[in-house]
Amino acid sequence: MLRWIAILLLFPWAAQSETVVAGLSQNRVSITANFDGSEILIFGAVKREAPDGLDLPIDVIIAVEGPSEPVMVRRKEKWFGIWVNRDAVEVDSAPSFYKVATTGRFDEVLSETEDLRHNVSIERAIRRVDAPQGIMDAERFTEALIRIRKRERVYQERPYTVILSERTLFRSSVALPANLTEGNYKVRIFLTREGNVIDAHETKIYVRKVGLERFLYNLSREQPLLYGIMSLAIAIAAGWLASAVFRYVRS
Amino acid sequence: MQIYLPIAEVSVNAFLLLGLGGLVGILSGMFGVGGGFLMTPLLFFIGIPPAVAVATEANQIVASSFSGLLAHLKRKTVDFRMGTVLLIGGLVGAAIGVQVFAALRAVGQVDLLVRLCYVVFLGIIGALMFVESLNAIRRMGKPGAAPKRKKHNWIHALPGKMKFRTSGLYISVIPPLIVGLLVGVLAAIMGVGGGFIMVPAMIYLLGMPTKVVVGTSLFQIIFVTGFTTLMHATTNYTVDMALAVLLLVGGVVGAQIGTRIGVRLKAEQLRILLALIVLGVCGKLAFDLLVQPNELYSLGAAGGH
Repeated sequence: MLRWIAILLLFPWAAQSETVVAGLSQNRVSITANFDGSEILIFGAVKREAPDGLDLPIDVIIAVEGPSEPVMVRRKEKWFGIWVNRDAVEVDSAPSFYKVATTGRFDEVLSETEDLRHNVSIERAIRRVDAPQGIMDAERFTEALIRIRKRERVYQERPYTVILSERTLFRSSVALPANLTEGNYKVRIFLTREGNVIDAHETKIYVRKVGLERFLYNLSREQPLLYGIMSLAIAIAAGWLASAVFRYVRS
Repeated sequence: MQIYLPIAEVSVNAFLLLGLGGLVGILSGMFGVGGGFLMTPLLFFIGIPPAVAVATEANQIVASSFSGLLAHLKRKTVDFRMGTVLLIGGLVGAAIGVQVFAALRAVGQVDLLVRLCYVVFLGIIGALMFVESLNAIRRMGKPGAAPKRKKHNWIHALPGKMKFRTSGLYISVIPPLIVGLLVGVLAAIMGVGGGFIMVPAMIYLLGMPTKVVVGTSLFQIIFVTGFTTLMHATTNYTVDMALAVLLLVGGVVGAQIGTRIGVRLKAEQLRILLALIVLGVCGKLAFDLLVQPNELYSLGAAGGH
């Protein structure tokens, strides 16, 4: 972190009056067979051209977003006495993971108009274009999606978890869970004052399966037949081995 | 020790999987069934996606059935001819089952179908087995009242008769083909070997002698579940090899322990115990279907995948 400050002091860019610079403790996460989550430290500083003298408080928002994909949300209804999936709404794009950390209460650090512009809140990170005909309460389905994912702790709003010191240095950490999907995780950092975004910075965390996980996953998609035969071969070998060991133990 | 499953994309405790494999292995060793009907719901319960659980369970059954078959081959209690006829029906059934599974997965009703199949079949088989073994125990109290066995029924009137020497039967190939077909469909949809349906069907419907039933059932289950595994691997990409291996290891060890426990119990007691377990699983699943769930909404992959 000291290095960042040194850089800031040495190179005063002549762009905006206040800009944000940031770094991550690691920008690559490898999913190995014994992967059980990872904690990433996000840190940075607010760079000022000259002392602003205004002394107005600033806020920092850090949003970490997993790869998005369409999700089908289904609702159960009672049908002939049993609970069955009936109505379904497709949410066109929902991140697999979304955590937003702020220095204060979310509605205080970011105004609604700025949220609309930058899509920062969880509600704004999810995109649903239109609902199928005949479903009047489509927003209930998006609410359910957020509720379920919040319960699974893959969506989180964490106010007061970005620590800002001297209106300059900030840091926060984000825990990536063990049930992580592959992809590029987008990290967005916003600098705000009185709810307005002053500057933004974007970087990425690359989450990849490696080693055996990578090999098995690729094989199952690229050579499904070979993968299936391999699974069977393992099963047959294990079955034979078990019977052989059993006989040996008995004799 | 947490382990990340490459296909299921969830992280689970490896010892939990070994333990589950072992527990179901003990039961399968005791009762001579694959144990898939217990394992699949247990996998749902620990958070494995249903599609992956069903496909991977089929793969695990291949291993346990093969191990069991080897033992039966030594004792010459496998009717290959009957097994092959059942198998032909079974393969056709499995192909149909996987297609049904893929189609229902697209409409989001796969969960319901799997659960309904479980409730219906576990309920019927469990109840029949319970009543039958209760009667058997009662009969033991009254010596001399041997069970009467129907020699001829409508099954013997069907055309296309064939000799099954090991089973000592001369019957039409149509009933075994149909039994095989139905079990094949169920194997693909429920992720089970179908032993718990096949065994009673062979004894009560086809009239096969009990001693060749288990071996013959295992013989055809290997091929049907093997085929199911391949179909799931190529159409749904849902076979998780890491998960299968962990379950296998536990299952194989458990089966050995189970066989030893099984030897010490009487056949009727075993059947009653199995019937109670089957009914218990059935009751739990039925309860979930009938009672309003806490969360009415569920998430799934969008169609076209």
